[in-house]
Amino acid sequence: MEIKEKIKNLIDTNEVCLFMKGTPESPQCGFSMAVSNVLKHLKVNFKGVNVLEDENLRQGIKEFSDWPTIPQLYIKSEFIGGCDIVKEMFEKGELKTKLEEKKII
Amino acid sequence: MALPIEEIKKLIISSIPDATIEIKDLMGDNNHYSAIIKSKMFNGLSRIEQHKLVYKSLEGKMGNELHALSITTEGK
Repeated sequence: MEIKEKIKNLIDTNEVCLFMKGTPESPQCGFSMAVSNVLKHLKVNFKGVNVLEDENLRQGIKEFSDWPTIPQLYIKSEFIGGCDIVKEMFEKGELKTKLEEKKII
Repeated sequence: MALPIEEIKKLIISSIPDATIEIKDLMGDNNHYSAIIKSKMFNGLSRIEQHKLVYKSLEGKMGNELHALSITTEGK
């Protein structure tokens, strides 16, 4: 499967999908850990996709989102942002609102 | 590879000329930074679009030479 199709399939079949370094249980980077912790804190069920396992995916997701860094968070196929944006939204209560609007929590 | 603060500022200003930039070297290692960037160019844009403007100004260095630059953007 072409990488773009694979990514599209991942974000369409997982309501909350986090492209990250490592896994939610064992993040390999502080930024990935921060976003993973925010989602856990909000008791969100999410799919963690470890980009370190697949170099094609690691490059592919950057092009797909036109975003140069990992982690990247998608909610119901919408790109939400990277670590800075997710943290800022969390601190301002906007992330919780977004998750409620999308009927995730 | 590290990128000094002045170099980061120069790159951002070249794309976002009215930017007010505050950068902190978080660990004192020229490698972990946090930046607050304010510009009129951010007015009316989503956060994603604002951050993309900053990333574009860094000409592909983000995620490469520049591993850790956390960004906060604001309009003016």
